[in-house]
Amino acid sequence: MANESGILILGEVDDSGKLASSTRALCGLAHGLAASLGAEVSAALLGSGVRNAAEELAACGPARVFLAEDEKLSVYNPGIHLPLIKSLCKSEGPRVVLVAHSTMGQDLAPRLSYEIGGGVVTDCVGISVDGSALKCSKPIYGGNVIAGYSATVAPLVITVRSGVGDAPAPGAHPAGIVEALGAEVPSAASAQVTERIKETGEEIGLEEAPAVVSGGRGIGGPEGFSELSKLAGVLGGAVGASRPPVDSGWVPSTSQVGITGKIISPELYVAVAISGSSQHLSGMADSRTVVAINNDPDAYIFKVSDYGVVGDWRSVLPAFTEKLAGLLKGGEQQ
Amino acid sequence: MSEPLQIVVCVKQVPDPESPPSSFTLDSSEMRVTCSGVPPVLSPFDENALELAIALKELHGAEVTIVSAGRGLSKAVLLKALAVGADKMLVVDDEVLTRDKVDSRQTALVLASAIRDNVEKYDLVLTGIQAADTNAGQVGHLLGCMLGIPVLSLVRKAELSDGAIRVERVLPDGYEVMEAGLPVLLTVSHEVGELRYPSLVAIKGAKGLPQTTVSLADLGVDLGSEKSVDLVSLELPDRERRCQMVEADEPELAGAALAAKLVEDKKLTGFVH
Repeated sequence: MANESGILILGEVDDSGKLASSTRALCGLAHGLAASLGAEVSAALLGSGVRNAAEELAACGPARVFLAEDEKLSVYNPGIHLPLIKSLCKSEGPRVVLVAHSTMGQDLAPRLSYEIGGGVVTDCVGISVDGSALKCSKPIYGGNVIAGYSATVAPLVITVRSGVGDAPAPGAHPAGIVEALGAEVPSAASAQVTERIKETGEEIGLEEAPAVVSGGRGIGGPEGFSELSKLAGVLGGAVGASRPPVDSGWVPSTSQVGITGKIISPELYVAVAISGSSQHLSGMADSRTVVAINNDPDAYIFKVSDYGVVGDWRSVLPAFTEKLAGLLKGGEQQ
Repeated sequence: MSEPLQIVVCVKQVPDPESPPSSFTLDSSEMRVTCSGVPPVLSPFDENALELAIALKELHGAEVTIVSAGRGLSKAVLLKALAVGADKMLVVDDEVLTRDKVDSRQTALVLASAIRDNVEKYDLVLTGIQAADTNAGQVGHLLGCMLGIPVLSLVRKAELSDGAIRVERVLPDGYEVMEAGLPVLLTVSHEVGELRYPSLVAIKGAKGLPQTTVSLADLGVDLGSEKSVDLVSLELPDRERRCQMVEADEPELAGAALAAKLVEDKKLTGFVH
């Protein structure tokens, strides 16, 4: 039976086949909306060998989890995934479809909205309910403006930015039931995924890192980034960069923080020799604590930082790293 | 000799996104973002898409058509785009296409109609992954859906051979390779490279290249019922923080003092070994 006020979550698994943390966050978000809208939450998970992840998803509280398992679903391919999700939307008739603003979500959401005759809002940082109307907030103009959108058609497909929404506490909602997504997996698609290549090493990813140490144009070359790596090592974090070091080829493009790179919100963000262009700020403005080291006292980055040192990073940073290493080791004696 | 490859590149003009945050102000009664004094530029990812088109033209030979839609578009910006090595331009100019007033679906519909009506055959349609003003990342996908051709998104590299295309798509930790036949639409990321600069001679020469301007009426497009989302509010984000400056006589001492300060303020409790 169609559930016209329903919320459908499109789940994902991480590299190790576990339920993605972004999907858990969507569950938290959906339960909040469901309470306001009087809606039922359901979810879909498509993949290969993802039965356990589907059970994990059901434990997060969607009343029903529609599971499609097939070898052909092991890697996201819109030509294979989209027809299944479209068919589910047709039979379930949700009012809202939530998906993470991931590589998959970014690709899937506009197509899905077209296929089901709905609307789409991407990269949302907030969803509010006013009466029966939904309002989605999202950064526009590179984060210089926050826009609110409401849908004039249904369903509305929403991609949600990483870090928005909190995973429900275990047992916060009664566990749902996993059932088969009863649509046939397409046998072929117009485009094929032939290879997947990892370019980052074993180190922790920017999105998961509790601390990120980023360098800008002022680092001056690839060598300087090794000094940033030392600090990242002390903090168990990752090294990032603003756009100029990436464009200059000093660091891989996977390191870029900003509207054209990754959007992150670590516990600690250290901006070294970064002036603070708005496109970079859009990628890190939600970090919990922001520290800036820059030799220009008027650099905009200081306006959006909690702590700042004006000085040459070549002198400031090694001393900062060394002192911090000592303090963190001796932390328990404090 | 076979027909030359036909490439269509869709470009949007936006207020220069590298402008300082203070240049973006709101006109809430009109529900639009005013960017006084901010010059229009090609949206950066659209520049990347154009660069890819020109690079493919150099390798394989191609005819490159630039398509742009908007109201009161800068002729200088359009001419510069044409001058990097494109062959012709198609502009949809209409009062209805005012910035912040049309949604992605309407924009895609306009582009799809313009391409269908004016471009006889296309092998590749390129867009940027998202525009610098709306940051939506939808038009490429919607346009591909409307044209009925496959869409490969987040493309950082593209190679053509024997009527097929092989692309690398950006993933958070690397890339994946996808292959498809032509025609196909690609949404292009910045890794393909920055757009080359046209020479002054080329800019002068571009004035003589074929340029067509059409209105929505010419295309027979009525956007009235096509809107799917409404812009209902605009706010300026509050990103500013009160920055505590840590000072010392020597930069090394300032660095050490910064570490001590962070620990003292309990900002690093989660990082203690």
